[in-house]
Amino acid sequence: MAFIPHTEADVRGMLDKLGLREIEDLFDEIPPELRIRELSGVPEAVSEMEIARLMQQRAEADGYMMNFVGAGAYEHHIPAAVWEITTRGEFYSAYTPYQAEASQGTLQLIYEYQSMMASLTGMEVSNASLYDGASALAESCLMAVRANRKSKSRRILVPRTVNPMYREVAGAITSNQALQLEPVSFDVESGTIPLDALPSEEADFAAIVVQQPNFFGTLEDVHALTDWAHSVGALVIGVVNPISLALLEPPGQWGDKGADIVCGEGQPLGVPLSSGGPYFGFMTCRQAHVRQMPGRLVGRTEDLDHLPGYVLTLQAREQHIRRSKATSNICTNQGLLVTAATIYMSLLGAEGLERVACACNDNLHKLLQAVEEIDGVERAFGGHHFHEAALRLLVPASEVLEALAERDILGGCDLSELYPELGHSMLVCATETKTAEDIEHYAGALASSLGSN
Amino acid sequence: MSEIPSDLKFTKSHEWVRVEDDGSLTVGVTDHAQEALGDLVFVEVPEVGATLKAGEACAVVESVKAASDVYSPVSGEVQEANEALAEQPERLNEDAYGEGWIMRIQAESDAELEGLMDAEAYGAFLEQES
Repeated sequence: MAFIPHTEADVRGMLDKLGLREIEDLFDEIPPELRIRELSGVPEAVSEMEIARLMQQRAEADGYMMNFVGAGAYEHHIPAAVWEITTRGEFYSAYTPYQAEASQGTLQLIYEYQSMMASLTGMEVSNASLYDGASALAESCLMAVRANRKSKSRRILVPRTVNPMYREVAGAITSNQALQLEPVSFDVESGTIPLDALPSEEADFAAIVVQQPNFFGTLEDVHALTDWAHSVGALVIGVVNPISLALLEPPGQWGDKGADIVCGEGQPLGVPLSSGGPYFGFMTCRQAHVRQMPGRLVGRTEDLDHLPGYVLTLQAREQHIRRSKATSNICTNQGLLVTAATIYMSLLGAEGLERVACACNDNLHKLLQAVEEIDGVERAFGGHHFHEAALRLLVPASEVLEALAERDILGGCDLSELYPELGHSMLVCATETKTAEDIEHYAGALASSLGSN
Repeated sequence: MSEIPSDLKFTKSHEWVRVEDDGSLTVGVTDHAQEALGDLVFVEVPEVGATLKAGEACAVVESVKAASDVYSPVSGEVQEANEALAEQPERLNEDAYGEGWIMRIQAESDAELEGLMDAEAYGAFLEQES
């Protein structure tokens, strides 16, 4: 299909109809002092060949780093078939089309994605995805306040074991809607939320956020936290890593009644790290809350001939209909990344996902064993970990990370500024992508970088 | 022309109010409103025991094309909610002044009730609006 939106003649015709001389005249009403006619700092156009050369030089300057950083985005092996299929013409679109029902293939894919996410998290409903994990948490907080009919409170407990970047984004998005996100401190020995740190039963709040595994990679007592929240009339928002769910209990099975809303970052499911994005957020919930869930939702139905078909459903609360009273005014889905994630999950299947999760788990434990033998390195927290763990050091983490970077190793995430109470500490991660040699190489480099201090 | 029972009071946002024998008020949306909304697919009724202010959104009526708020005509406490609407929202389309009622509320005072329109005034208001 030729994609020519409008020809010179079309443009001329439209301008003549409007009585305008040129396209610039359309912008007449913008005061000249507000217009930026030239962008400073943007160089002149160069040819494709020149830009390709320049970009290659820049990429080479970055070098190849062996990556041991997690902290919210994870390096996983992505089977070549995932993006080979995703970028086929039939799938290759960034967006749910406006005339959605005309694209049955796209809708069916989103429907399959929703089914997979609902099953993975143990929930009944999934939306078609959101921007990323952090904004998915913000939307979950807003949703919890709407959905909790027992409480009129706009307070949400957000423990400090929740990813600090998520807490910051959720705070920025929800503060203008008068939500109060209140921190809960954690136990510095276990790296988890102690039940006695939670407010007394009289305290009124709409929900508590529980991240599992938490930002430190340690496992929270999700059952006790969930039951406690429900006993005081609060909802539970679970933040989870989808890969971990192949091994850990799904949030739908936390405590007696399970979590109410689940969200998280979908990047581990077949999306490359690519300098921080684009990623996608996922969100699932209980059927009882579906009308408060933001975002698009694809349903399966039958047409007049009883043939199966897919439709966008429950749209009456979306912004194109309900305007300012919509469930969300930042409503989109990450169509292309959801396509990749759906293909990734289809190719791996439940067993493949479990093998990835087990390999991550094994590698982290090999890594921890290796680094704990080094003088001046110890695990910050006891208990179970998944994916990643915090290490306590005798010297500033920034110095160690710099020394590792000189050996082409991204050695971890510096925790000192985010969590001053932990002293010199950093978060390290090992996924299935690391071999025994990689781990040995890391431990050796860490030992010598500490020795050189 | 939609039905406007003469024994009810009305708001400009198309709610109706019936004074019950015990002094509580039954509230619903008018026949005109249900016609304008079209076939309802969901009705979210208020929580029993909730304290409402006059003009506060207390319920949501959702059709395939729109979701609209229902506003409490008076200030008071919700005594009863028509939970049957959750399963059978069509009751509201079929019988807006009967089985389609939304909530029963105990008003704080009579003052707000007196400020509402009677059937004649509501009829005139609808003509003016159309």
